[in-house]
Amino acid sequence: MKGRAIVYKKDHINTDEIIPARYLNTDRQEELALHAMEDLDLNFKEKTKWGSILVAGENFGCGSSREHAVWALRGAGIKAIVCESFARIFYRNCINNGFLAIECKNASKYINDGDIIELNLKEGELKIKTTEQVLRFQPLPKFALEIIESGGLMSYISKGGKF
Amino acid sequence: MGQTIVEKILAYHSELDTVVPGQIVNAKIDLIMCHDVTTTPAIDILEKYGIKKVFDPDKIVIMPDHFIPNKDIKSAEMVKRIRTWAKEQGISKFYEIGRHGICHALLPEEGYVKPGITIICGDSHTTTHGAFGAFATGIGSTDLAAALATGELWFKVPETILIEVTGKLPECVYAKDIVLKIISILGVDGATYKAIEFTGNIIEEMSMEGRMTICNMAIEAGGKTGIIKADNKTKEYLDKKGVRGGYTIFESDEDANYCSVIKIDVSDMEPVVAFPHLPSNVKGVSEIRDDIAIDQAFIGSCTNGRIEDLRVAANILKGRKVAKGVRMIVIPATTEVWKQADREGLLYTFMEAGAAVSTPTCGPCLGGHMGVLASGERCISSTNRNFVGRMGSPESEVFLASPATVAASAIEGKITDPRKYL
Repeated sequence: MKGRAIVYKKDHINTDEIIPARYLNTDRQEELALHAMEDLDLNFKEKTKWGSILVAGENFGCGSSREHAVWALRGAGIKAIVCESFARIFYRNCINNGFLAIECKNASKYINDGDIIELNLKEGELKIKTTEQVLRFQPLPKFALEIIESGGLMSYISKGGKF
Repeated sequence: MGQTIVEKILAYHSELDTVVPGQIVNAKIDLIMCHDVTTTPAIDILEKYGIKKVFDPDKIVIMPDHFIPNKDIKSAEMVKRIRTWAKEQGISKFYEIGRHGICHALLPEEGYVKPGITIICGDSHTTTHGAFGAFATGIGSTDLAAALATGELWFKVPETILIEVTGKLPECVYAKDIVLKIISILGVDGATYKAIEFTGNIIEEMSMEGRMTICNMAIEAGGKTGIIKADNKTKEYLDKKGVRGGYTIFESDEDANYCSVIKIDVSDMEPVVAFPHLPSNVKGVSEIRDDIAIDQAFIGSCTNGRIEDLRVAANILKGRKVAKGVRMIVIPATTEVWKQADREGLLYTFMEAGAAVSTPTCGPCLGGHMGVLASGERCISSTNRNFVGRMGSPESEVFLASPATVAASAIEGKITDPRKYL
């Protein structure tokens, strides 16, 4: 997977920032996408026109269990998220949606806004095309990859997937 | 090697003798709680996959609470859909307006929470129910849909952090102060992917309400769950709810493996306040040198909207007035709490002091409705989060504190040490 990075060099970006609670009276991805990240960056929607991989610091997605956070980002055109670390429920929601969340140390230090990055999921390699730097990450556990490849938890279960 | 409570509960529910941290298990779910915000998407998911029937309607409890009473047409449509779905599914435990309340306060109040069971809800503060020695955790809507369909869910067995709270509790220091202190020590991601087990004489001496406040905020340190061993106090609480037996009490073995042990002596603690914009950004009240003027004071939420909290606040406000220019809002967490507060004259005390009292709702805590902040405004609140924009405008600020500190601050119009009102 390859994409242009939208980078927030910030830790603890929480679900209230990703999709504020005032918009939780809908679960339609396209409606949520209109408000993705708006309390953090009003230009986010502009950026997603040219970028597709979100990069941030530690503990991304902390706070509420709202899966709306994943849907808002996906709806806004984000294809994958690369962070130093993730909050647990958000990470789980990503896997369950078949949405790529990669934990990669130093990601927000070395990757800059607009960098083209390429992810090799099986090898656990992240290449920053702009600088030719390579960062390593722990490949996703087998069961998580299987869920993601199935298209999410419900597809996985409906295809007879076991734990 | 011994096992922790959480390991034992997960092993039991996965039909395994033992489990180890990191292991992926498929655990049976005893109780699924549904509220308004995360349930409609789960119903959509079930429909998308052609799942017509939930696994067991008797194990599902529905408690709309976030935008209750419905704040707009979209919220009304959302709850209407859940109500209709519940009827189709034969789910009889639906808490309609008039019997309603914030789910994390209502669930134990109605006697559903029992030691040793597994509880999930599409809400991060589900950790509250660990106060009863249950494994309770928040999940998203896809997990909710999967559990509604199959009665099971995958979990990575968490490592456990043991937090031992000991000493002699100083006056005016409450469960909320203690848990904020714990979060300041752990950090907002200090317990990510981990369970937190609370122990020590202070926890043992604490009421069930206080224990719920402690476990409620385990998620603010990133915890998968917070848990306290069930004891006589737990049994007495359950007895009062008519729950006699029919549950298993799990205890951690003496040689259980904890990933870390943190000891906190609270004897010298003072009331604390979490500053914007993280719950871990905690300061003791005496460390606050500058006057921090407030526009709003809020008491309510799943963290501190229970009867004990209202008693503490009313005690401080009795015969006093909320400062001019300050809006005070009090929201009892459940209908029963509201009625009890009425019987005890607490609601009258609040209103005499100049506060507004509302019917139960999560509303203001998450900037939903009934107390949303404008730009540049500041609120001191008994709730659980003070992230940017949590209670409204991203240019507003939320300070977290105990109901006592909130009440004292409302009187003075600035963040105030509650000890002067003892």
